[in-house]
Amino acid sequence: MAAALSKSKDWILFVGFSAVILLLPWILAPIGAGYPDLLQKIAIFGIFAIGFNILFGLTGYLSFGHAAFIGVGSYMSLWSFKLLTMNVLPAMIFSVALAGLFAFAIGYVSLRRSGIYFSILTLAFAQMSYNLAYSVLTPLTNGETGLQTRAIRTNPETSLLDGDIRIIDQALGVQELGVPTTNFFGLSMSGMSGFYFCAILLIICFFIAQRLTNSNFGMMLKAIKSNQNRLNYTGIHTRPYLIAAFVISGMYAGLAGSLMAVTDPIAGAERMQWTASGEVVLMTILGGVGTLIGPVVGASLIKYAEQKVSSWNEGILSSFFDFLPETLQHFMVSVSSLFVGESWHTTLGVLFMVVVIFLPGGLMEGFRRIIERVTGGKKSAKPGAVESGARAPQPAE
Amino acid sequence: MSAAEDVSGDESREFERGTTNSVLHIDDVHKSFAGLHALSDVDLDVREGETHAIIGPNGAGKSTLLNVCVGRLKPDRGAVVFDGHVLTGKSPHEINQLGVARVFQTPEVFPDLSVIENVMVPALSKRDGHFSLNPFKSFAREKTLHSEAESVLESVGLQAHLSSPASSMSRGDKRRLELAMGLIQHPRLLLLDEPTAGMARHDTNATIDLLKKIKEGGMTKVIIEHDMHVVFSLADRISVLAGGRIIAQGTPDEVKNNPKVKEAYLGEEQV
Repeated sequence: MAAALSKSKDWILFVGFSAVILLLPWILAPIGAGYPDLLQKIAIFGIFAIGFNILFGLTGYLSFGHAAFIGVGSYMSLWSFKLLTMNVLPAMIFSVALAGLFAFAIGYVSLRRSGIYFSILTLAFAQMSYNLAYSVLTPLTNGETGLQTRAIRTNPETSLLDGDIRIIDQALGVQELGVPTTNFFGLSMSGMSGFYFCAILLIICFFIAQRLTNSNFGMMLKAIKSNQNRLNYTGIHTRPYLIAAFVISGMYAGLAGSLMAVTDPIAGAERMQWTASGEVVLMTILGGVGTLIGPVVGASLIKYAEQKVSSWNEGILSSFFDFLPETLQHFMVSVSSLFVGESWHTTLGVLFMVVVIFLPGGLMEGFRRIIERVTGGKKSAKPGAVESGARAPQPAE
Repeated sequence: MSAAEDVSGDESREFERGTTNSVLHIDDVHKSFAGLHALSDVDLDVREGETHAIIGPNGAGKSTLLNVCVGRLKPDRGAVVFDGHVLTGKSPHEINQLGVARVFQTPEVFPDLSVIENVMVPALSKRDGHFSLNPFKSFAREKTLHSEAESVLESVGLQAHLSSPASSMSRGDKRRLELAMGLIQHPRLLLLDEPTAGMARHDTNATIDLLKKIKEGGMTKVIIEHDMHVVFSLADRISVLAGGRIIAQGTPDEVKNNPKVKEAYLGEEQV
């Protein structure tokens, strides 16, 4: 039965994904990426990209303003830390809820249009949020300085921006020495425990996205992408579906923003800038639009490049090319230094172009082709991974 | 109106009475585009269970009339009433939910979805309404709908391609797929816009046979068609549109022998 088959495939995919994520510190150690700061970023941006893909991958609506929800999530979490408790649970709940509300408002207006007009509207909203955070909303965002957690204020005259109250922690009699750290019922959110916290949330988010993709709701979203006009004549009111997808992906972004504040309790407006919105688009396209795993692969790759490739200087390069004769070594170092260190964006740009031109389905399509080559074209895809890319005829049942 | 008088006396009286058991009632519809009268004074009744063909030369306003019926165009004047509901001003999805399904002239399918999914989406719409938010209801577990979709696909002869993407199908197959998408909704009224255009002769005959089978099922159908062979094999009644007006209406024989029709349409083919 097709249903039973796809179900077991889904479980294999889910278990495999979870295992890889939980073993990430060991998997990435050989390439020097097994440290908590990078691992946390990979998990957080993985959540962001999975959520973004629910909108972009399934419905085809390209939002250029999802960073706004990251910002909303970060600021909301910070306020929860400052006013209520350093426990991350309430912070995350409030962040996701508020991001959902914002997404509803922005989505309600933006989804009146489609295509490029929709993208421009979301971009405009995000830039508006960014500028508001810098200017009018300074009492809430602390402007350029950014919002930070502080010690409990001793003088009620002190601005809330400079002194916290943490009502719940105070009522529970939590002892604080200086500025406390975020925790999940006592578990510290820095270092490896912070990564595992984010990793488990990433796995939960993946599970939800997977169920969503395989649901009737997900099918309607795919039908919208495929032929929205036809769907209208099929009796479906497409707008509520789009708004729901927009809100869900906004909530994912809100959670990602909240986790950024959880792992590093400071929130600045630069998180809402359009470059951040563009980054998640790159991640999704690089990994594979419409696939479940692709966005996480894309997020990992870009965060790895940002953290590691950007640190490769000429010293590292010349020791890498040590085996070559000296003149050739100099030549190789000067050529390759165009692609690493401060100019790591060049590598990213070239990689992006190669993927878009030769692998429109992203890296996941590349993996699929390799698997097909190896197994002689019998297995069609990584189980359930490729949705839009899976044009290859499937074996008849 | 001289054109309206051409409808024979008997027929026009029956036409009036027909409103009582009519499913679709088009009442004095006008539509003009930038001063060009695409439809004027169009009155039409489609009776329960009949196959009603709308024919006419190119540019007669046939597609405009269909677009007015499904909510894509808003008439300047007049109204379209379906089963007691005024359709004028309603959006396409609302009209579909009332039980009007449409098959397009150029096949409109979901190219990225598989054939079976193409048919299951309209079935879901019929069952769950225009919006249903249950994001965890697994599509793969819709076994009843799946087998229903399979049998509809079998009836149009597409049972061999269930899991291939619709984009890989031939134009003729896409038309049959679209027909299946309409049929699975069990609409009270099926609007077919040139269902056999661009089909090879044997495909056309297969489609005629299929549509005849549906006719036995009692579904009301409106067919817009150029192919007279199709029209005369299927239609119970025919309305002839020319220059945005209905110039004749009646059974196939009546229409065939109507001199106005010969002049406006059939004659054109003999030239």
